[in-house]
Amino acid sequence: MNRKGDDIAFLETVALSKTYPGVRALDGVDFQLRRGEVHILFGENGAGKSTLISLLAGANQPSGGEIRFEGEAVTLASVHHARDLGISAVFQEFSLIPQMTVAENIMLGAEQSRCGILQPQLQRKKVEGILESLDFHLDPDQRVDRLSRAEQQMVEIAKAFRSDLNVLILDEPTASLTHHEVEQLFCIIARLKEKGVGIIYITHRMAEIQEIGDRITILRDGKLIATRDAKTSSQEELVQLMTGREVGRIFPAIQFNPAETVLQAENLTSADGGVMDVSLSVKRGEIVGLAGLIGSGKSRCGQACFGAVPLRGGRIHFKGQAFSNPSPRRMIENGLLYLPSDRRQEGLMMMRPARENISIASLQKEPFSNGVFLSRKGEARAVREHADRLKLVPNRIDRTAEHFSGGNQQKLMLARSLAQRFDAVIFDEPTVGVDVGTRVAIYAFIKELCENGAGIVLISSDMSEILNLTRRVYVFYRGRVQVELRGGDINETNILSHFFEKQAA
Amino acid sequence: MTESKNMTPKTSFNSDIIKRVFVQLGILPFLLLIAVVIFTLMSDNFLTGKNLLNVLRQSVYLTIVSLGQMLCLLTGGFDLSVGTILALTSVVGALVMATIYAAMPDAAWFAILVGCCGGILAGTMIGVVNGVGVAYFQVSPFMMSLGMASVGFGIALYLTGGTPVYGMPVAFGDIFGFGEFLGIPTPIYVAAMLAVAMFFMLSRTAFGRYFYAVGGNIKAARLSGVGTKGVLFWTYVLCAGFAAIAGMLLTARLDTGEANIGASMPLESIAACVIAGVSLRGGIGRPENVVLGALFIGLVSNGMNLARIESYLQTVVLGALLILAVVADQIRLRYVATLKD
Repeated sequence: MNRKGDDIAFLETVALSKTYPGVRALDGVDFQLRRGEVHILFGENGAGKSTLISLLAGANQPSGGEIRFEGEAVTLASVHHARDLGISAVFQEFSLIPQMTVAENIMLGAEQSRCGILQPQLQRKKVEGILESLDFHLDPDQRVDRLSRAEQQMVEIAKAFRSDLNVLILDEPTASLTHHEVEQLFCIIARLKEKGVGIIYITHRMAEIQEIGDRITILRDGKLIATRDAKTSSQEELVQLMTGREVGRIFPAIQFNPAETVLQAENLTSADGGVMDVSLSVKRGEIVGLAGLIGSGKSRCGQACFGAVPLRGGRIHFKGQAFSNPSPRRMIENGLLYLPSDRRQEGLMMMRPARENISIASLQKEPFSNGVFLSRKGEARAVREHADRLKLVPNRIDRTAEHFSGGNQQKLMLARSLAQRFDAVIFDEPTVGVDVGTRVAIYAFIKELCENGAGIVLISSDMSEILNLTRRVYVFYRGRVQVELRGGDINETNILSHFFEKQAA
Repeated sequence: MTESKNMTPKTSFNSDIIKRVFVQLGILPFLLLIAVVIFTLMSDNFLTGKNLLNVLRQSVYLTIVSLGQMLCLLTGGFDLSVGTILALTSVVGALVMATIYAAMPDAAWFAILVGCCGGILAGTMIGVVNGVGVAYFQVSPFMMSLGMASVGFGIALYLTGGTPVYGMPVAFGDIFGFGEFLGIPTPIYVAAMLAVAMFFMLSRTAFGRYFYAVGGNIKAARLSGVGTKGVLFWTYVLCAGFAAIAGMLLTARLDTGEANIGASMPLESIAACVIAGVSLRGGIGRPENVVLGALFIGLVSNGMNLARIESYLQTVVLGALLILAVVADQIRLRYVATLKD
């Protein structure tokens, strides 16, 4: 590892800057990547990570400074050009064509042809070679829309190996992967390191930094703050560098005052079989966690309690009232709210103002309307109050949702739970893709709701959230509740042991 | 995160203002200005109070239909059957009215009332079927309204055998077609009332807000407790209801029930909305602008008539304007990104 050549910068930026009208997204960044290292980029949403990788991948052109590859200044005019140099990026949003096969997607833009006629046999052979070298078990003729998200990610990574790979850029690759798939990805990364590929890796997850990172670079407000050794830097230090302030403990201490049961599910079974015979209960003034792998049914269960997925059997008791066929509308009227995990797909109306996104679930009630007509003033006043409380940046409630950063979009959605007094709120992955600063604000806000007497359900794939915030935990496996843990029994080993197989009958 | 602090307007002041007006209001103000200048130069009769009132009266039908069409566009769909709804309303309304009037020549007002109700009901039924198909069976609005356009047109022709329906009370045409009140034609009052009602519903009621929510993100709307199917259903019913009212007004103007009216309505109403900045992707649009959009189209046809431009060429201009509006909308989106605040 410590041969002399390894220390020479392999891909380097010198005073790299990128200006968008009104915004300096990247400001004089000197970044160095060595051969065979995993270099983590760390920073809040909007710190410039995405801008930096888009420049390195050739998707955007810098406004100033230069990029050096193997010591020579290069102009990366397009993604294609960057790929010719062996620099490939796997972005969060996949660039796959769902109706095409794995092979067609991998070779898209570099089809094997002779005299303008496609050569499917040749193409298939080449793709098989790529997949084999990566040890991906994928059928080249499978259509991409039939694959799981992790498999799609594999296809996306395989695309990078069409030509010789020198630099691989991964943007939050584990955000939607299951535990097993993450391990598989880390194996691939380890193999790539041995081959001398430099890897730039963006993540918000603290655990991953120490597990696979060699060095870590912290960005803030478009500037490079520091580059450190990833193995020896403490979490507190990194968070402080990232936010530029003392965040203190990420997780607040919560006073649980459990009162009467507010939400109860009784033998809940969803029509699609994603939730099987689940019974659980939530009291006022406590946070109940739903843990499990992605696809284990924890999220489906939250939706089922809210009436967002059709039920085949079982019922919901809410505030003493029984619902055998709940619907989101009736549950909201009765005081239960579910906040989805995917703010873009299911949470926000992107082209509508922040104000409307916050008030949408409560328009029938005071102060938003007087029963018949909406009250513009009442709405603006209430929404402004909630935006202040969640420290919305920029604090402009008539700006459209799409023009807020990811973390602030999340705040817009969460603020919906403030618009009326809900008796129980179900949070589905409330901090996915959100930086630590926003995360702290969200936890503080959940704590406040809970201490004010609401029952909280926290659905999360982030183990540390479950460990630090909940009073009781239901662990899901294949649509069923595997175990209910409480108090001192909530620890990582206990939860993980129930993630996979049933221990005892 | 701190972009607002770093904002430094460097572009020249004037072009910035024009850009901002364009981003805020869309292409319509520019088109209106250009049209008024050109037609004033081409014809002396264009910029007179009498002619402008004429434009208002001629645009009434398109304005009403466009207001309904806007609801469909807001929810991310559209209604291609508005022309048929006009035709069916006209035929059924005229038939009912003429039949009752022939049976009871003394009860002209009763005939008018029942005839209008019958016609509007028949037209609205097309919207009910559209609404059921789109909301409850998830048929794409394109297929649903295209299919119903054929069904409605067929029924209208079948009922009349293709010939105009005569025999309505004279009072009907006199009042709703050619009548005036305080010097202003009566159809304008109807259109104004409908426009105000639409404005009020969309901006001051929760139900109105839900049209934007469904078009903005239907899943998010559902999870926020909006009855999305009900909203979609009412979208097409209301759209058809508006088109049907326009159909009755047009029948009064023509004094006959016609199966061949309204063929240009789907295109013109969508054009009026798009020119007025209603997004084809749903979720964005304002009724006051749509009224202006419809008036603009009326203004252009009126101006072209005065300038003696052939009617075949007029359809060319209309189609070109529609495409221009969509292109301008795309350019606007690009500017929005650069002028975030």
